[in-house]
Amino acid sequence: MPRLIITILFIFFAYNGNTKTIVVRADKANAIKNALAYCTDGDTVSIEKGLYKEQDILVSKRITILGKDYPVIDGVKKGQLIVVVRDSVIISGLQLQNTGRSSMTDMAAIRLQNVKSVSVTNNKLVNNTYGVYLQNSHYCLVYKNTIRADAKDELNSGNGIHAWKSTHLLLQSNNISGHRDGIYFEFVTDSRIINNTSTENIRYGLHFMFSHKDVYSRNSFINNGSGVAVMYSKQVEMYYNTFRHNWGDASYAILLKEIADSKIEHNLFDKNTVGIYMEGTSRIQVLYNEFVENGWAMRVQSSCDNNVFEKNNFLSNSFDVATNGTMMLNTFNNNYWDKYDGYDLDKNKVGDVPYYPVSMYSVVTERVPTAMILYRSFLTDIMNRVEKVMPSIVPDKLKDDNPLMKSLKLR
Amino acid sequence: MKTIMKYVVADLIRNKVIVVYAIILAVLSFSVLSIDENPAKGLLSLLNVTLLFVPLISILFATIYYFNSIEFIELLLAQPVRRNKVLLAEYAGLTISLSLAYLLGVGLPVMIISPNLAAITLLMSGFLLTLIFTAIALLIFVLFKDKTKGIGAAIAAAMFFTLLFDGLLLIFIYSFNEYPIDKAVLGITAFNPVDLARILMLLQLDVAVLMGYSGALFKKFLGTGTGSVYVVICMLFWVLLPLMLSVRVFRKKDL
Repeated sequence: MPRLIITILFIFFAYNGNTKTIVVRADKANAIKNALAYCTDGDTVSIEKGLYKEQDILVSKRITILGKDYPVIDGVKKGQLIVVVRDSVIISGLQLQNTGRSSMTDMAAIRLQNVKSVSVTNNKLVNNTYGVYLQNSHYCLVYKNTIRADAKDELNSGNGIHAWKSTHLLLQSNNISGHRDGIYFEFVTDSRIINNTSTENIRYGLHFMFSHKDVYSRNSFINNGSGVAVMYSKQVEMYYNTFRHNWGDASYAILLKEIADSKIEHNLFDKNTVGIYMEGTSRIQVLYNEFVENGWAMRVQSSCDNNVFEKNNFLSNSFDVATNGTMMLNTFNNNYWDKYDGYDLDKNKVGDVPYYPVSMYSVVTERVPTAMILYRSFLTDIMNRVEKVMPSIVPDKLKDDNPLMKSLKLR
Repeated sequence: MKTIMKYVVADLIRNKVIVVYAIILAVLSFSVLSIDENPAKGLLSLLNVTLLFVPLISILFATIYYFNSIEFIELLLAQPVRRNKVLLAEYAGLTISLSLAYLLGVGLPVMIISPNLAAITLLMSGFLLTLIFTAIALLIFVLFKDKTKGIGAAIAAAMFFTLLFDGLLLIFIYSFNEYPIDKAVLGITAFNPVDLARILMLLQLDVAVLMGYSGALFKKFLGTGTGSVYVVICMLFWVLLPLMLSVRVFRKKDL
């Protein structure tokens, strides 16, 4: 046994002895490209502080690129910056800025192309069309990057972190703002998005399609053009996220379209025009969420079925639930609604009469949006009262049979 | 003019109705605000009170008061004073006492419990509503000779603005649903001071809803400072127009 250990150690040292560290300074043109041509697998390229005007740096060897005090690699608005085509590359501590803009290729600051186990950590990405672009890559890590841009319109801009046809990614603690979509996933499975902050992107904070079995937790999506959009995916889990201040006439904290078998738990929806918008979703569990001061806490279209809404808090929302039809195949149970005015005679902390979360006025405005101008007028108050006594247009199947009397402590 | 105003205010305070009005408002505001933990909700209830009772009470009380002081006005007009001065002094005295009652009754509790921009907006809209509905009462007073008819007209006017107008607007919106009526609807609301006051207040409280689905126009226009300024200007017009009309009618009126 000791011999084996010694052998292993020997192999390790022998291997380590062959690697070298190459220091790059900004004194010559194409300093980084020259260094990369010179190095071999396992080397470390250490880039000193300075301004490097280089584009399309191809990393085709298994190396580590480290920046000292954030050296600046500037693309001067031409081409891409770093393209990684080899597994197990590490890129850390760089400031990458000013990629080009093109309608033919998606210009990215860091592009990972058909690779495995690459990690991109602690970088600052400023004013790029796309920040980190993962393309058919697996087991990659994107950690603690600051990704910033000031995109003006959807057409001429790209996404902060763009992942396509990848699996097993980990995106953690990144800070993304001012892109088209903060994080964009398409055909990405088995991945985790943890503790990221995505703010002030012109379209979505997070946008994913056809991406199954992903977990999103403890992220903040604040003040994005249209919030978060989740489409055509299965087995998605969202825990402890914060959705705040996504305001606008087509703005949702989360838009769910054709989602199935997913979980949305312990999230906070604060001051959004619409908290959750659902269309064609099935078998989603919405548990332990808090909806505070939203225009509509939820819009559940009647194309949704077998979703479960339990143990959520609905506080100070203008409308709790809106829907577009009378059919309702979902279950609302054991939620706390601050508008509930029933009673609890047997003192079991559950209201004795059901709560109907769809108000008559929300049905009216669903049909005729302009009627919103009469919101909170005396007339609509009277109409709501009359409807409560004699329900005629409110969907009577959408109700919470066991509304809680006290709000839940969720955080 | 000042002297007449002083007499009117003194008379109204001696009348005690104004004092009772202020006290009722104060008790109501205190209870509404302290029941609910969320002050925004309390403000909303107070908004409902303001939108419903302030117009009704202002217009009814003012009409009755004007008709009751007709002898006083006739006596004054026997002196060398100008007609419009007497009329405006009556109006000013009445609005001062009514709005003081409102500002004290609602303002004090609100400012103690939740002093913020929404509270100031509430007070502002209540104040403007008082100005508007006492002006409308003045117009009713100069238009009608008979007191009973005048009070009837006052009730009808209050009902029209608080209830009927919105009903008609809703019918309008429903029937022209297929057309782009957003702008028209915005324009129509300017014809109802109660709606204007409500919108002014909603811009402070429920912006999320107004910004939502109901069309980009509401958001673009009402969501900004310009929207609030527009609403306030419309309301000021609602004070000035009835006043000018009643002065004009009163100048030629056969007393």
